[in-house]
Amino acid sequence: MIGSLPPALIFFAGALLVALAPGRLRPMLTLLVPLVGGWNLWCVAQGGGFEVALFDYQLELLRADKLAMLFGILFHLATFLACLYAFHVRDRSQQVSSLLYAGGALGAVYAGDMITLFVAWEIMAVSSVFLIWARRTPRASAAGMRYLIVQICSGLLLLTGALLHISETGSPAFGPMGLNSLAGILVFVAFGIKCAFPLVHSWLTDAYPEATPSGMVFLSAFTTKVAVYGLARSYAGTEVLIYIGTAMAMFPIFFAVIENDLRRVLAFSLINQVGFMVVGIGIGSELALNGAVSHAFNDVLFKGLLLMSMGAVLHQTGKINGSELGGLYKSMPITTGLCIVGAASISAFPLFSGFVSKSMVMVAAAEEGHWIVWLMLLFASAGVFHHAGIKIPFFAFFAHDSGIRTREPPLNMLLAMGMAAALCILIGVFPSLLYGFLPWDVHYVPYTADHVLSQLQLLFFSALAFAWLNLAKLYPPELPSVNLDVDWLYRRLGMGSVRRAERAWKKAEQSFADLISHGAGALHRAAAQHYGPTSVLARTWSTGFSALWVVILLGICLILYYL
Amino acid sequence: MVSKKAWIEKRKNVVLMVRILLAVSIILLLLDLVIHRHALFTWEGWFGFYGFYGFVACVALVFAAKVLRKLIMRREDYYDR
Repeated sequence: MIGSLPPALIFFAGALLVALAPGRLRPMLTLLVPLVGGWNLWCVAQGGGFEVALFDYQLELLRADKLAMLFGILFHLATFLACLYAFHVRDRSQQVSSLLYAGGALGAVYAGDMITLFVAWEIMAVSSVFLIWARRTPRASAAGMRYLIVQICSGLLLLTGALLHISETGSPAFGPMGLNSLAGILVFVAFGIKCAFPLVHSWLTDAYPEATPSGMVFLSAFTTKVAVYGLARSYAGTEVLIYIGTAMAMFPIFFAVIENDLRRVLAFSLINQVGFMVVGIGIGSELALNGAVSHAFNDVLFKGLLLMSMGAVLHQTGKINGSELGGLYKSMPITTGLCIVGAASISAFPLFSGFVSKSMVMVAAAEEGHWIVWLMLLFASAGVFHHAGIKIPFFAFFAHDSGIRTREPPLNMLLAMGMAAALCILIGVFPSLLYGFLPWDVHYVPYTADHVLSQLQLLFFSALAFAWLNLAKLYPPELPSVNLDVDWLYRRLGMGSVRRAERAWKKAEQSFADLISHGAGALHRAAAQHYGPTSVLARTWSTGFSALWVVILLGICLILYYL
Repeated sequence: MVSKKAWIEKRKNVVLMVRILLAVSIILLLLDLVIHRHALFTWEGWFGFYGFYGFVACVALVFAAKVLRKLIMRREDYYDR
């Protein structure tokens, strides 16, 4: 009986076991960990806490309120699906780091104090980067390093903010904060970096698509959602989040339309979806917060499903660029179907999961009278259908036939995708299953005639626009390219400056070395002149001359003594 | 490599599918006359607002993205050089 352990500890123990286990046992163990965790979670739900003392502070490792439980259940589910998807992977470092990463995310969600939160935050940062490095390409290792630096910056801000907060309030509690103090602002920025706020978002679109196929499924599930959880916990109702969230929902769709790497398209779409959640948190009403967290729940499932289907394409063909793919429905019909379920869910088609959660945020925005925000979110809703709902399945599985003939991915991948797709439909058809877990009472009814109709109109006319643009050859073709983003500042401008500085430094170092060697040479010559074998001080003197000098010196001593 | 064209790839079938899409869209549009909308904003109640907005949004999105491409697109090895 292990009842009521902090879920993170089970995952860390599991990671240790997996690290020591022989090859064939490891995939089974990774699947077992979220199952044991799920049983523990059931015990946790019956009540119980877990506290340890650190110096003067009580650390609360297990605060299991409804908000934490919702994310806890979600992360167990996501870990199970992703581990199933990665069942064929034999790479020990990926298996261990993915469990540590999931454990870190659970540690953060159940943390009741800032110190525990910080530790979990850092475990997530350090373990997750191995999922990027595991791709073992030069691009992945460079992108992973950039990712790690950004994550560590977020961690440092969180640490500074947390310490300030503790010294101001005397309590390490992780609760509502607000932006009235420096501590509050620092923690806000730390959360904001992990949440991929605009201008600090490019670590995500830079690094995630460089991860391994299964690695990106893990990555998309945890980091941003933990940040959303943190914002919901500490900054609910902070107005600036409404505008930040709207910007997040808006700008990525433009990048997504012209992006060629289909997993990078989904990375942009991840920011877009998190934008809806951030708006909900900013509005702060019960409906809005329920919408935000339920959309986080659904997003992990349908974004995971889409990423799994694209990961399957990458795994089977070795290609992920829209310009190189097309016509894959012939050899991967099941994957195609499952991908379309994910696409319908993210586009919020009625009977799919996105429909029952995103609209809560929209209605909440309308109820509070934010009409510009509402119009922009509606634009983003049409846009997400355009780039994630249509573009992803269309360019991978249909469009022009690329001539690639392959096979369906391994059974474990298909099973994981099938389960995710089933959950998307289940939640879409029976929203009360999800609503029952939400932290606040739900009075919202998604299936009304006018909601279904207005959503269908929006989607069908968006599809019509896509069809027209495509047939009229107005649609931007998929091109092998790189699109500049904020990361240009550090990858090009920053690296350029660093290289210039490096050259200047090398030059300065060289001239300093020259100076030293010149100086040393001069010193050496002077010394040789005075002390060398032929110098003044090295001459041999006759005995008489020396005796004369001794007499003179003794005489001087005598005179000095006498005086 | 590519043998004969699949059903979905034939031009006339593509046109057929687009026509079905168009027909469904028009039916959905006409349903606006039947189903009352609980509009939170006045414009939500206008006839065909959602359809019009969805269409315009997607066209605007694509044209804006094409302009954006002119500004930010670089060669694939831009960062590797």
